[in-house]
Amino acid sequence: MSANQASIKAKKKTSASLGKLALRVFLLVQTFIVVYPLIWNVFASLKTNQEVMESPWALPTSFNWDNYVRAFTTAKIGDYMINSVLVVVMSMGVLLLAAVPTAYVLGRMKFRGRSFLTNFYMAGLFIGGVYIIVPLFIMMNDLSMLDNRFWLSAVYATGSLPFSVFLLTGFMKSIPHDYEEAAMIDGSGYFGTLFKVIVPMARPGIITLIVFSFFDFWNEYVLAMTLITDDAKKTIPIGLANLMQIQTFATDWGSLFAGLVIVLVPTILVYALLQKKLTQGMMLGGVKG
Amino acid sequence: MKMTMKTRRGFFIAACLIPGLILFFLFKVYPTIQIFHKSLYLWTGVGDKPKFIGLQNFVDMFHDDTFLLALRNTGFLMLVVPVLTLLIALINASLLTQTKLKEKGFYRTVFFFPSILSFVVVAILWSFIYHPTMGFVNAGLEMIGLGDWAMSWLGDQRTVLWALAVTLIWQAAGYYMVMYMAGIDSISPDLYEASGLDGATRVQQFFHITIPMLWEIIRVTIIFSINGVMTISFVIVSIMTAGGPDRHSEVVMTYLYSQAFTNSNFGYAMAIGVFIFIVSVSLALISNKLTERGSN
Repeated sequence: MSANQASIKAKKKTSASLGKLALRVFLLVQTFIVVYPLIWNVFASLKTNQEVMESPWALPTSFNWDNYVRAFTTAKIGDYMINSVLVVVMSMGVLLLAAVPTAYVLGRMKFRGRSFLTNFYMAGLFIGGVYIIVPLFIMMNDLSMLDNRFWLSAVYATGSLPFSVFLLTGFMKSIPHDYEEAAMIDGSGYFGTLFKVIVPMARPGIITLIVFSFFDFWNEYVLAMTLITDDAKKTIPIGLANLMQIQTFATDWGSLFAGLVIVLVPTILVYALLQKKLTQGMMLGGVKG
Repeated sequence: MKMTMKTRRGFFIAACLIPGLILFFLFKVYPTIQIFHKSLYLWTGVGDKPKFIGLQNFVDMFHDDTFLLALRNTGFLMLVVPVLTLLIALINASLLTQTKLKEKGFYRTVFFFPSILSFVVVAILWSFIYHPTMGFVNAGLEMIGLGDWAMSWLGDQRTVLWALAVTLIWQAAGYYMVMYMAGIDSISPDLYEASGLDGATRVQQFFHITIPMLWEIIRVTIIFSINGVMTISFVIVSIMTAGGPDRHSEVVMTYLYSQAFTNSNFGYAMAIGVFIFIVSVSLALISNKLTERGSN
């Protein structure tokens, strides 16, 4: 009987390890589907045009680094990147200056109209960029705000404002009231309390916000395409899209793929550094689209 | 003294709220009011004076074959993409959390990665993946002897929407997977243990524990995913196909955009905007209603 039991156990064990094997195969196939396009891109960025067009699955025969040189010189990826960095920094600044005080007041102070304002911002979650792009464009044209990196950043910050206020208000509510009472008694004014006491305590929320917004601002396409026309002020996504159109005629595929890799590198670095924060943030903030 | 305290407090509240409200009014509220208002006008150009035409734009919309085709294509993507994305995400999330593989973190990191890529990068990459001669899909089919199946995936009316759907799923599945994994981690392990002792299989556990316990998260992700398709489809379509071949991948967002910025049909474009806005809000409400606990 004990021998019988043992054989059942052994059977269970082999079927379990077979199951695990099947599972691993299933997951590895998916890993391949996710990763291969990116590896292929890196290979293609090192190939000559001839190689790109002839053999998609082959490895590059030699490393053509001048694809990268051309991505910077002819395709001006570096200039687009500077614009992107500038826009991300300005957007982040505007967003934090607007969202942190708003969330503080909505989350912790009692006044008339508070719940109305909170709901008002919530309604903003439903209004995406493309719906309102036509009146936005016309208004900014009338106010001479087009072709301006600062106003583009302000539009970006506003786009993220409803979600940011929602996320930070939750954080603000969870900070115990004793802290600011103590600060008030110590004689710091309202602003002093906000910046010296509340902001440091809400830091996890603010960091989550920065991480999410970074990817939103860095990757945005539709607004940047519409609100900026001067080539010298364009951001990376627009630069890449233009590059793709140009290369269709110029057939310099190598430098397009090199451009893609150059854009991927900062994303991968930020992801590697902040991966934990990002996935934690998704749990903290609930969900975000 | 008391009065000054009160005014100081009021001043502080105003100072905190005003920057946000100015931005919100200028770049969100005002344009939103505008699309509802100007959707009732014939307006064809920045210098043009808008002329009131009532609901004519909305009537025209339903006699506009291209718009109707775009609507059908969008409907297809909004149905197929969320269903498949969330299903794949759910299956992967429960496999990774339930089986306790050592390399679980690795898969999570890898699967999540596409969702932080720029949509533009995703779109360019997949244009080349599907490319008839340069792409590795066709080359791969030839390698395994299925060369006859090779085709111009984005250039054929029959495959173009599916090809775009695959791209959208590739981009988003990992994002929702991470969200579900967080949800599953918060389900008490006792539930699984107890049902395991009762002889429930993993598949039964998936349907009787995982899905019901995650239901609230699933409801929210359905709405997010539908809205996501709306926005991302614009970038994916305008870069990968420009609505082709012969408008068979045109979506409402790209149509709105081309009406406004290519044809200068501002009034008509805003009417389309109003229509899409109302449809997406109703879809959110309907899906919320349909997925309420009671009806499950």
